[in-house]
Amino acid sequence: MSPMSAPYAHPYVPNSAPEARAAMLAAVGVTSVDEFYADVPDALRLHRPLDLPPALVAEQDLARHVTGLLDRNRPLAPGRSFLGAGTYHHHVPAVVDEVIGRSEFLTAYAGEPYEDHGRFQALFEYESLMAELLAMDVVTVPTYDSFQAASTALAMAGRITGRRTVLVASEVLPDRRSRVHDFVRPYLDLVDVPPRDAIADLPALLAVLDESVAAVWVEPPSHTGAIETRLAEVAEAAHAVGAIVVVSTDPICYGVLTPPASHGADIVCGDLQSLGLHAYYGGAHGGFLAVHDDPRFVMELPSRIFGLAATDVPGEYGFGDVAYERTSFAVREEGKEWVGTAAALWGIAAGVYLALQGPQGMAELGETILARTRYAQQRLQGIPGVRLGDDAVHFREFTIELSGVSPASVVERLRPLGIAPGVPLDDQRLLICVTETNTSDDIDALAAAVAAILEEDHR
Amino acid sequence: MSLPVARKPALRRFHQARWDEPVVFELSAPGERGVIPSQVEPAVRALVGDVVSGLPDGLRRAAPPALPELGQMRVLRHYLRLSQENLGADLNVDVGQGTCTMKYSPKVNDRLAAHPSLLDLHPLQDLADAQGILEIIWRTQRMLAEISGMDEVGLHTQGGSAAIWANIAMIRAYFEGRGEAEQRTEVITTIFSHPSNAATAKAAGYEVITIYPDADGYPDIEAFKRALSPRTAAIMVTNPEDTGIYNPRIAEWVELAHSVGALASYDQANANGILGITRARDAGFDVCHFNLHKTFGTPHGSGGPGAGANGVAAHLVPFLPRPIVVRDDDGTFRLDDVRPLSIGKVAPFYGVVPNIVRAYAWIRALGADGLRAVAETAVLNNNYLMARVLQIPGASAPYATGRRRIEQVRYSWQDLYSETGISSEEIGVRASDYGMHYWTSHHPYVVPQPFTLEPTESYSKSELDEYADVLAQVAREAREAPDVVRTAPHNQTVHHTHHDDLDDPERWATSWRAYQRKYGCGDPGSSPG
Repeated sequence: MSPMSAPYAHPYVPNSAPEARAAMLAAVGVTSVDEFYADVPDALRLHRPLDLPPALVAEQDLARHVTGLLDRNRPLAPGRSFLGAGTYHHHVPAVVDEVIGRSEFLTAYAGEPYEDHGRFQALFEYESLMAELLAMDVVTVPTYDSFQAASTALAMAGRITGRRTVLVASEVLPDRRSRVHDFVRPYLDLVDVPPRDAIADLPALLAVLDESVAAVWVEPPSHTGAIETRLAEVAEAAHAVGAIVVVSTDPICYGVLTPPASHGADIVCGDLQSLGLHAYYGGAHGGFLAVHDDPRFVMELPSRIFGLAATDVPGEYGFGDVAYERTSFAVREEGKEWVGTAAALWGIAAGVYLALQGPQGMAELGETILARTRYAQQRLQGIPGVRLGDDAVHFREFTIELSGVSPASVVERLRPLGIAPGVPLDDQRLLICVTETNTSDDIDALAAAVAAILEEDHR
Repeated sequence: MSLPVARKPALRRFHQARWDEPVVFELSAPGERGVIPSQVEPAVRALVGDVVSGLPDGLRRAAPPALPELGQMRVLRHYLRLSQENLGADLNVDVGQGTCTMKYSPKVNDRLAAHPSLLDLHPLQDLADAQGILEIIWRTQRMLAEISGMDEVGLHTQGGSAAIWANIAMIRAYFEGRGEAEQRTEVITTIFSHPSNAATAKAAGYEVITIYPDADGYPDIEAFKRALSPRTAAIMVTNPEDTGIYNPRIAEWVELAHSVGALASYDQANANGILGITRARDAGFDVCHFNLHKTFGTPHGSGGPGAGANGVAAHLVPFLPRPIVVRDDDGTFRLDDVRPLSIGKVAPFYGVVPNIVRAYAWIRALGADGLRAVAETAVLNNNYLMARVLQIPGASAPYATGRRRIEQVRYSWQDLYSETGISSEEIGVRASDYGMHYWTSHHPYVVPQPFTLEPTESYSKSELDEYADVLAQVAREAREAPDVVRTAPHNQTVHHTHHDDLDDPERWATSWRAYQRKYGCGDPGSSPG
């Protein structure tokens, strides 16, 4: 069947209807669509149909097929997953899904500030709500994810200082480090200063901190959920040699914890997934970047920044691009890195999330996560054969060290119970994640199941 | 005596919603709550005590963040009003954003992507729990491999530019593996290729050489030959270019690149006009990428998330980002994460899962014949709209005069501008008064007073006519009532906006917090404090 002779118009392709097609060909003055492809040499033509599975033209058939595949997924019951390591199970308020499901936001793209006023305002508000949470004045429209955000933050530090060395003072998420390394390696060297007891090793850091250092990279909560208690000291020492302090983090903790800027961070970056996005099999990540209102930093940001502007009408808010000339949209390869389609809808989601939570909600949420994290640590460390990986303060994630049984085997043996206890980091350590979606009952069930395994093995 | 209703006028009497909605902070009322988080249980508190007071010195936030306090319905209403003040593609004959393929994103695909088994699925769950989504990712990889002619496809990246970055990162790794990294320091692109080809190459450490068009609008092959050398790492080009002109000598370009040992990277973000017609690998390209949010029907999300797909020929497969979803002989799906030559992780986990599901469903709804019908119809629509636009006095399509275009056209209002002084930007603002989005072009404006239209396959003939009628009307206004155009918009949410402050560090207001600090509580017209 040639496409030209399809017996029906495809619902997504109105002008595949034979009548419309004939009328339009006549209006253009050609007899065949083929004439439009005159510049495509015959040798490059595909002289056969693409080898694809048969079309599911009826919506019902399509939905049944795709749903049939998706039904083979088996998410865990709420609260029974203690998996984190980059993607987190937080509660998503219904209003967030409602707003980002609105077709006006979902389907918009590159409209100008006039016809797309709404997305400019919603993203300006996202920037502004994040700015309050982080205590910084400048937040960009989101970039792809925390991997890109950290890559850009460090690249900016390199450009601003003209130096090559980045001291990595925390245990950062390994996948994030992989991306950062490949991104910055033409002009930056990542040098690890391994933390001690999960927080920055200040003496070791001071020993290597000199005027060759572009940035000190700190990640609280770290890969293992440790909160950095020495950030202010790190920042003071870094600034003394003209280095920039880059903090990659998760904004969900700053209803209760002091934001990094208050301890001297110059660039703060991280992921938005915790703020109103579902786990989505790891497929819903957005990156944020924040700096102070200092043109030395602002002019190095690659992403768009939507700013407030006046209009001809008093009392009316308009919006537009701040310092557009720094972007690759404006000046191609002379711009800062590049800008393109990234994660704006997730930024709108994060804004709605913060507007819903308000100051009290973020404070309570932070307290709940801190308390349940601590509760899980205490319940687990009481089990013979289990000890905590370190003594640092933890938010949401922590490790336990197991003796007599491997973390992988614990994971395997809890599967029949419908519990995913965490992510094995090696032959000894299990990374456990506790959010507000894991209640004390869930944590009790985890502790009981782990205790049963260790007791069974001990017998 | 009132009926019948008079016939509608030729042009729609559009007006965008205008709610005059304050900034969300101005809606705050102390004590109101939008949501209540799950609270600390008594049993937890009994065991751990007051964890907040117990935080080490300096770690406890001194004062709560100055977020607004709003009841739930007020938050909802605020954002629904903002959504109404946003045109979005569903409400718009969105043919005015050339290069971006603003096609229909089928609603059934949104519903499938929100399947409950996806929302709460964690990426580190046992693979046996994720066989459904892994199969969809694998099948999408295979279908895109067939569509591009490439051997393997990775679906990790979140946007088109991120996918172009992955292309140049793989090229860089390839030459490092061959010991040629020191030698090959240049990347060649064309001015009508998307700017991210130039920008990502520069970010990866390459010098960028840009080829301009020849007199006919085709990329200048003589200039290209002069630019090629043993220093060339890659060519990174779009084809058809952003002019809608297909470079008929593209295979020769690729051969010339290969003849100096360089690789050829094909930006197929927008492959909408050539689906099933011609393929990247068949023209010799080593690597290509697609945007699932352009060619394959996933929504643009107000600027993302989109999704990128990287297609590579066999010699670049080892360098693909990891992991790749593979199918074992017993029909189960797993992750191949042991890839020593891989450029590594380019993004969290396995890509923009909701958009991969949407793209899978989109391709399945169309099949091979449907994809070809998409391409042919997009091209027919484009040439039809071009015929309509070129009838408007003052509009032209520079280069390749008399020749057809593929999926889009970069037009010029230069003649109208010379005659009236009305610029392409001003025409775009006025077009919004008729409910139409309109875009000029990427920078620099090689085509003077540019505008770029791409009708895709999604719009009916009458909708294309309506768009052309609006442009004709605005061009008429430029001659007969230029002040109406200059003072536009008139039917929009907001009026003419003053953008000068946005470029001045002393005056720009990057956030509500910065605005308050610089201007107190005054209106935006007052001076910085």
